[in-house]
Amino acid sequence: MSNTNVQVTNLALEKRKRVSYGMTLLIVGVLMYLFFGLNTQAGVQTTFGLNVAGTQAIVIPDLIVPAQTTIYLMVAIIVFAGAYQLARGVKSTGLLIGIIAFTFVTAFLTWAAQDKSFNLTGMLSSSLVRATPIALAALCGVISERAAVINIGVEGIMLMSAQIAVVTASITQNLYIGLIAAILVGGLVAAFHAFLVIRFKVDQVVSGVAINIIGAGLTSFLSAKYLQSDTLNNSGTFPIISIPILSEIPVLGPTLFANNIIVYLMLVLVVLMHITLFYTPWGLRTRAVGEHPKAADTLGVNVYLMRYVNVIIGGMIAGLGGAYFTIGSVGRFDELMTSGKGFIGLAATIFGKWTPIGAFASSLIFGFADSLQVKLQILRVPIPSEFLLMAPYIVTMIILTGVVGRAIPPAADGQPYEK
Amino acid sequence: MANVLELQGITKRFPGVLANDKIDIALREGKILALLGENGAGKSTLMNILYGLYKPDEGKIFVRGKEVEINGPNDAIELGIGMVHQHFMLIPVMTVVENVMLGVESIKNGLFLDREKVAKRIHEISEQYGLEVDPHAYIQDLPVGIQQRVEIIKVLYRSADILILDEPTAVLTPQEVEGLFKIINTLIKAGKSIIFITHKLKEVIAIADDISVLRLGRMVGSIEPSNATPQKLATMMVGRDVSLVVQKKVAEPKEAVLKVENLFVRDERQNMTVRGVSFEVRKGEVLGVAGVQGNGQTELVYALTGLLPVDGGTIELEGKMLHNATPRQILESGVAHIPEDRQRHGLILNFPIHDNMVLCTYYKEPFAHGVSLQEKPIFSNAEELIKQYDVRTPNIYVNVGTLSGGNQQKVIVAREFSRPIDLLIASQPTRGLDVGSIEYIHLQIIKKRDEGTGVLVVSSELDEILALSDRIAVMYKGQIMDVLDAKQATKEDLGLLMAGIHPEKTSKKK
Amino acid sequence: MSEKASKEKKEQTEKQKEQSSLRQALLVPVLAVLSGLILGGVVMALSGSNPFQAYAALFAGSFGSPSVIIAGMQTYFATGDNNALVRSLYPFTESLVTATPYIFTGLAVAIGFRAGLFNIGAEGQVFIGALCSAFIGYSIKGLPMIIHLPLALLAGAAGGAFWGMIPGYLKARFGAHEVVNTIMMNWIAFRLSDWLLKGPMQASNFRPVTPNVQASAELPRFFEDPLRFNLGFFLALLFAYLVYWFLFKTTLGFEIRSVGANPDAAKYAGMSIVKNIVLVMSLAGALAGLGGGAQVLGVDHWVGQGFSSGYGFDAIAIALLGKSHPFGVVLAALLFGFLRSGATNMQSMAGIPVDIISIIQGLVIVFVAAPAIIRWLYRIKSIKVEETVLTRGWGK
Repeated sequence: MSNTNVQVTNLALEKRKRVSYGMTLLIVGVLMYLFFGLNTQAGVQTTFGLNVAGTQAIVIPDLIVPAQTTIYLMVAIIVFAGAYQLARGVKSTGLLIGIIAFTFVTAFLTWAAQDKSFNLTGMLSSSLVRATPIALAALCGVISERAAVINIGVEGIMLMSAQIAVVTASITQNLYIGLIAAILVGGLVAAFHAFLVIRFKVDQVVSGVAINIIGAGLTSFLSAKYLQSDTLNNSGTFPIISIPILSEIPVLGPTLFANNIIVYLMLVLVVLMHITLFYTPWGLRTRAVGEHPKAADTLGVNVYLMRYVNVIIGGMIAGLGGAYFTIGSVGRFDELMTSGKGFIGLAATIFGKWTPIGAFASSLIFGFADSLQVKLQILRVPIPSEFLLMAPYIVTMIILTGVVGRAIPPAADGQPYEK
Repeated sequence: MANVLELQGITKRFPGVLANDKIDIALREGKILALLGENGAGKSTLMNILYGLYKPDEGKIFVRGKEVEINGPNDAIELGIGMVHQHFMLIPVMTVVENVMLGVESIKNGLFLDREKVAKRIHEISEQYGLEVDPHAYIQDLPVGIQQRVEIIKVLYRSADILILDEPTAVLTPQEVEGLFKIINTLIKAGKSIIFITHKLKEVIAIADDISVLRLGRMVGSIEPSNATPQKLATMMVGRDVSLVVQKKVAEPKEAVLKVENLFVRDERQNMTVRGVSFEVRKGEVLGVAGVQGNGQTELVYALTGLLPVDGGTIELEGKMLHNATPRQILESGVAHIPEDRQRHGLILNFPIHDNMVLCTYYKEPFAHGVSLQEKPIFSNAEELIKQYDVRTPNIYVNVGTLSGGNQQKVIVAREFSRPIDLLIASQPTRGLDVGSIEYIHLQIIKKRDEGTGVLVVSSELDEILALSDRIAVMYKGQIMDVLDAKQATKEDLGLLMAGIHPEKTSKKK
Repeated sequence: MSEKASKEKKEQTEKQKEQSSLRQALLVPVLAVLSGLILGGVVMALSGSNPFQAYAALFAGSFGSPSVIIAGMQTYFATGDNNALVRSLYPFTESLVTATPYIFTGLAVAIGFRAGLFNIGAEGQVFIGALCSAFIGYSIKGLPMIIHLPLALLAGAAGGAFWGMIPGYLKARFGAHEVVNTIMMNWIAFRLSDWLLKGPMQASNFRPVTPNVQASAELPRFFEDPLRFNLGFFLALLFAYLVYWFLFKTTLGFEIRSVGANPDAAKYAGMSIVKNIVLVMSLAGALAGLGGGAQVLGVDHWVGQGFSSGYGFDAIAIALLGKSHPFGVVLAALLFGFLRSGATNMQSMAGIPVDIISIIQGLVIVFVAAPAIIRWLYRIKSIKVEETVLTRGWGK
């Protein structure tokens, strides 16, 4: 009898969930119809460009779709999915969110680019590029927090690294030396953070905020004093390295295989960190220290050492992310140029459930939102650019609510370890 | 026979406390040494020294006749010393294999974890010592008894031959304890030597070859099991004659104050941990809830006090329906709650005593007029209560966190008893307290009962349940197995119920 | 008799204890500021400036030059002309003017800390508060001051409260970490104000600024131009007292402090965590919004893009330095008011960018948060470390 009761209550919960998700899908569908469908003229076409000008040997035809029909198709898909969800219920929330995201974005782009051409491949490629600093900040978050140290100072670390990178590169006329300097400074500042929170047990968030304030202050100070002329603040940027053959693949090629070194390093780091965390003794120990430091300690694992090293590696990765802002993209330093990317990276860490691949995937979402905003300004969409600029921040806040897939942090995350 | 391990004159001081004072113990090869003492007697400190987690201020350690210095767990492991901690040192989100190999990982291809090799070795150990476990299971999915096996496997995997078991029976049912004792015997036969730490007297007599008793950081003496009786050991442990029973009158229960019908509760991780529980508590009686920890007692109490939402069923207090009421509504209906984790729920450690004394009533006259707090009544209330409940403190202005555990618990009892209440819910009311405080708190609970309050006591200590209760409900896997009259209940029956076995039914089947 | 005597003695020792604990409480912040200034001097020296000259310029910029003040007094007593005297007081009053938004924002961060919440969003709350106050200030015409000014201030408080409430609600309802969310709210506030200043709220010229507020919405000033010292400063002091009273003398404050010190125990005692978190974040936002409003109505009279010079971020250092106590916040805000105000003079006289103050602030945070470092640096054994948990891990 009691078991049936358990099922009854479970069913009630399931039903509530099913209805609310189904209604969400339907409402989004109606909104898409009202905003995009009704505002599109019949017979107008939208062109999605699939080639990047002049780089490819193989050119594939652009995707040309009738705008209104496409939007109505998307509305039909989401409404159907919503109705099915109400009637039957789909187990995977991920699938539902995927449907919402896909139909909404497709309808939105079709509407925004109606009667014009919109380069999809260019958009994907710039998403990856814009995701790079976010992903690097997120990877810093993953590796530090897997060892139970929250590093909210990524923003400050990236600012300092960005500055040192451009200055060293300008002086030495060598971008690679700039890159190394950025990585070293990142590691150094992270070591300072680790020292404060491990040795002195300073509140981790407070220490991170202090690093952000010092980072902003110091870089602005130096910038105001020394970087106003070009001699120290003009380094040039890393060239695009196109990987032979692979970069010729349509759509994927220009997106993945024609980037600068920092983007490649980021991709390599994602894979490397995944393997290290889950398939090597170092990773096992790191995770143990983050979950249950006392247990690790009783088995002879040096908790403090693991934390120091992981936080410092995290800082070096964030330093690489900092270098992206200057020698990886514009070749000069501007005050506060990271504009919150470090914090967005932290959100990507959380949304990615503290895994390297998850963090990378979440960063791509942010990168996509970021590059969308730029493209839309070019398309002269009748939405003020400031509102488009807000998009990544709002997406971050929505993601943090955990409505879309709640994650459990490492059990000891943020707590100092006392022997 | 030779001593495989010897401690001589071990002394350890913490700020303000002499945790170990010139302690000598010796463990004979292939034997079981029981280390007996109350909570806070210094047993754990001593073992942490032996395991290298603390450094002794004075004293020597000999392993197999050679003087050694143990600077960390690595040294201890090297010397063949292994420890099964009271609070398991297992990582819930990792598998058995990962937990076992942590720190001594097997490696393949020069870099990567070799999970299969470790799993194979675990199989071998399992078979050799009768410690069955699935190497690829996640710890969080395993019952407590199996988790303890994993802990033992961890130690054996590191080829330890001196095993320290710190309060290993605290979380087990009497039947599981039997199983553990069997394992211990197998280990002894295989030539291992064991230090068995406990505060349970009967276990000591049942299993030990030698007994050493600690009190307040000092070695009280050693005794042979054949000469030991529970009474004798208790006197050694506490330092004076103690009554192992609570003096109380026969209960005079009246009408029910609390009625619980078919209650379902999910824990914080959304697992259904209370599954259809029904019972009632009557005025003037103590209903004891027995059970191995983690069988839904905690969530039951949380639901009764509004700390967890109710998923189904009803809670009725004096005719008022209280499921899905807020904690404040429940408090105001006359429920007092001595929480299981006093530092987490019961007190604000860095608030002064006087503020903790009005934690539940600060917004009421005379402590507040409107929104304005009234210091005078708050202070005088605290002054009165510390006198009445014998809280040992320099004054009422010090932070509660500076008091000893016993005095902290007295602050909670004083606060909860100073309100007009119809129902008292006491969860693990004496966990970790010294004998003096335990006696005091038991007396206060019985006094409340005799005043006509309904009392619900939840405890994982069977002795406490038997001492206090008039009726005993046994919980297993979120359900109440049975409710027994305390006078007819035997430890054996309760033990079977705690393991999910109905004594009558099995006997009928036979 | 003897009982009375012993009671008196007890009270006396308690007083002594209190005094020594006051010394304890002040020791770390004072040494932290000192260390911050010394290290800031080192940075200046490394960047090729003379720190002593710089600090002298800073001092003159914040307090005024004694000789000029004395000369002003002499003129006043000799001729009765107070013009020179008033002008000589300019640096000092300007420091108080600078301290005013710091007191408000410092309180906004401190009240959050008391509830275990880290409000990094004071900056955005200041912006929104300023925009709301400015809007009421310039758009409504013909009201008497007695209605218009409070209304404009109230608008600032309401705007800030709304901006603080959002992350508060997300924290209370979903457990979303307030640190990241308040920072996101800052960025959204910046973008929103960019848009407002370039669009709906732009004055008729080409600069992205709002129109001037009506005279009836201005906080009254005490002296002639260029002295901008106004009622806002005393308003800030009043609010510091109100926050003190609220936190320590009311049941609501008791709840907030309980939720901050031990949320589980607060829940056990029947307090609503959700209500208190939303309440505290709204109040914090209101205080920061008032700070923005007071700055607009008392000093600038309009809002432009660079309106806030990081009041909200400086506030973190101020709240930590003031140990989250309203009176401590006032002292710390005065200190940073003088530093910031003097830094402008330092920049023009000694050529040192004002950003040096941010560096000093960051260092002060580090030292305040790690008293052990201070203890180690100054070889002091007696500092008792008061353990307060300021923040918690993600979503807990």
